Amino acid sequence: MLLNNDAALADLRRDMLRFARLQLRDADLAEDAVQEAMAAACAQQDRFDGRAELRTWVFAILRNKLVDQLRRRGRSENFSTVLAPDFDDAAVDALFRANGHWRPENRPAAWADPEAAATQSAFWRIFEACLDHLPESLARVFMMREMLGLETAEICTELAISKGNCHVMLHRARLGLRTCLEKNWFSHGECPTC
Amino acid sequence: MLSCKDATRLCSDALERELSLRERLALRMHLAMCAGCTRFEDQLAVLRALSRRWSEGRVPPAAEPPPDSAGSSSPGDER
Repeated sequence: MLLNNDAALADLRRDMLRFARLQLRDADLAEDAVQEAMAAACAQQDRFDGRAELRTWVFAILRNKLVDQLRRRGRSENFSTVLAPDFDDAAVDALFRANGHWRPENRPAAWADPEAAATQSAFWRIFEACLDHLPESLARVFMMREMLGLETAEICTELAISKGNCHVMLHRARLGLRTCLEKNWFSHGECPTC
Repeated sequence: MLSCKDATRLCSDALERELSLRERLALRMHLAMCAGCTRFEDQLAVLRALSRRWSEGRVPPAAEPPPDSAGSSSPGDER
């Protein structure tokens, strides 16, 4: 099986590490989480029933490890102090005119075939770079919500922030991410005003 | 009349909570007239689907091992 194939294992491990590093933004903690997930996967090999792709199954184990890690960390650090410097409206305000309407260069354009984009590894490198480019606190909330699948209420509790704050941060993260993807991928070769 | 900034906030909130009737009506009216925000709403669904896919490891393997600096390169760089 894949877990016994050195080359495939190295690939899988590399992809897991990249995923964990972006989530945790800490290379050592990411290494630990991947190590734990790999160990758990090996220990539970008999539970893998072959219905899911092995990769998908190992990633599910990794996501659980990351949730544990973030929970532990959430309790040990004061997220609101991490939060403060990123709570700057400038980046969002720059997208809109003073009256709150889109600046023409930032108005969302049509995205050509996201499904095709998702089959290209170059697209995913851009996706990761865009995530990495978000302010840390926004990326953290966005990833807890969209990558780890936690509900807003749980994120608020873990990070000790209000629901309103959480919604504001998700809004900003989504605006930032979609703008970055559009500028660096979807608008290539297209007329920017169409 | 909602601004685009407010409309995008409601589009995002709609993924997190149930909007009030008043909010829903205001948003629908805005979207009926605003192509930019309509695309924004569609793209939120795309972002969600892409995020899920990425988090499940269902992405094509990198063509070559990315250099360690890959994560810190600026997304603003030209490809």
